[in-house]
Amino acid sequence: MLLLRRDLLLACRNRAEIANPLLFFILVAALFPLAAGPQPELLQKIASGVIWVAALLANLLSLDVLFRSDYEDGSLEQLLLSPHPTSLLVLSKITAHWITTGLPMVLVSPLLAGLLSIPASAYPTLLYTLMLGTPALSLIGAIGVALTVGLQRGGILLSLLVLPLYIPVLVFASDAIHSASIGMAPVAQLSLLASLLVLALSLSPTATAAALRISLS
Amino acid sequence: MPYPTHSRLTTTRLGCMRDQRMLFNQVELSVLPGAALVIEGRNGSGKTTLLRSLCGLHSPEEGEVLWCGNSILNDPSAFHASLAYTGHRNGIKPQLSCVENLRFSGTASADLCNSDIDSVLNTVELDGYGSQLARRLSAGQQRRLALARLLLARAQLWILDEPFTALNKNGIALFERLAEDHLDAGGMLVMSSHHPMTLNPDRTTRFNLDT
Repeated sequence: MLLLRRDLLLACRNRAEIANPLLFFILVAALFPLAAGPQPELLQKIASGVIWVAALLANLLSLDVLFRSDYEDGSLEQLLLSPHPTSLLVLSKITAHWITTGLPMVLVSPLLAGLLSIPASAYPTLLYTLMLGTPALSLIGAIGVALTVGLQRGGILLSLLVLPLYIPVLVFASDAIHSASIGMAPVAQLSLLASLLVLALSLSPTATAAALRISLS
Repeated sequence: MPYPTHSRLTTTRLGCMRDQRMLFNQVELSVLPGAALVIEGRNGSGKTTLLRSLCGLHSPEEGEVLWCGNSILNDPSAFHASLAYTGHRNGIKPQLSCVENLRFSGTASADLCNSDIDSVLNTVELDGYGSQLARRLSAGQQRRLALARLLLARAQLWILDEPFTALNKNGIALFERLAEDHLDAGGMLVMSSHHPMTLNPDRTTRFNLDT
């Protein structure tokens, strides 16, 4: 889709914007072992939670750029006035956003898993949770961003709106990694994550489009 | 390609509020093909809100906006296909070049070829700036780029909020030429402006919000 290509092109021109959340993810995950220090058993117990909290916060950090620049230069209202259905355009934007923020996190995660002493047997699960969970986070977060895009300092409000909805994803994802680390198959948790993703995929574009119309009126 | 002659933009008892204040009510407007409607009023009188209500960006508290007799809420896709809007902000991405901005403008229903884009840039006197990043253009040039986007949309109804902002005398003359050409082809124009204009008075109606 044309919009997808445009957003990817813009992301290439604005590399600093995409680098920040990724750096944040890497830093948090890399600093934790230093803080946990000479207690490798402790690190092993919390590693699955740490990596996912880092991913979640990095995603929250990256959300603001989803609609802000379009809002400020007037492109957002042009999007709403397009003959194409707004929910489809929103889905394109969220996809472009995920490719530039979520996908790099997925790709860099095995490295961070090594730093956090997550056992190699859990690596595939880690990748699955990130591949299922980060798009879900982007989709859910988009609703919050759409509601707060018109506000001057919407940052805190965005976090308050979005974090409660993020918690199920966080809980299932970190539990899946934890189960895989101790040798149990995380089928239940991954299935629940997948269903959360499908739910977000079906509801979020329409909800986000409605939220954008409210913000821009 | 001529525009359909049966199109109508009408409003019935339109009323809008902003910040708990009723800006205007019982507004009845009608725009036919080949006609221009100029909205006048002092600052804060609600010109922008009226224009945004006509586009569907703002939902009016009272009344309806009708396109070809149907509420614009019934079939927004069809309405938007015939509409091109320019607001206070230009709707162009500063980090993209002029050509890229036009190619990705997404308002064109058909695929754009390079010659379409080049000829439009020529029309707004921005030829030679095609590969320049939009943020390096002056404010007046950015406005012309927004007008180029308007031309590419090939929409019958133009709704323009203060299109003369940042344009110099040449720019204003260019715009008036383009507007007359658009009306000659059966297009419709609704705009607000603080500047005096020299559109053909036979087909221009003025609506003052201060009354």
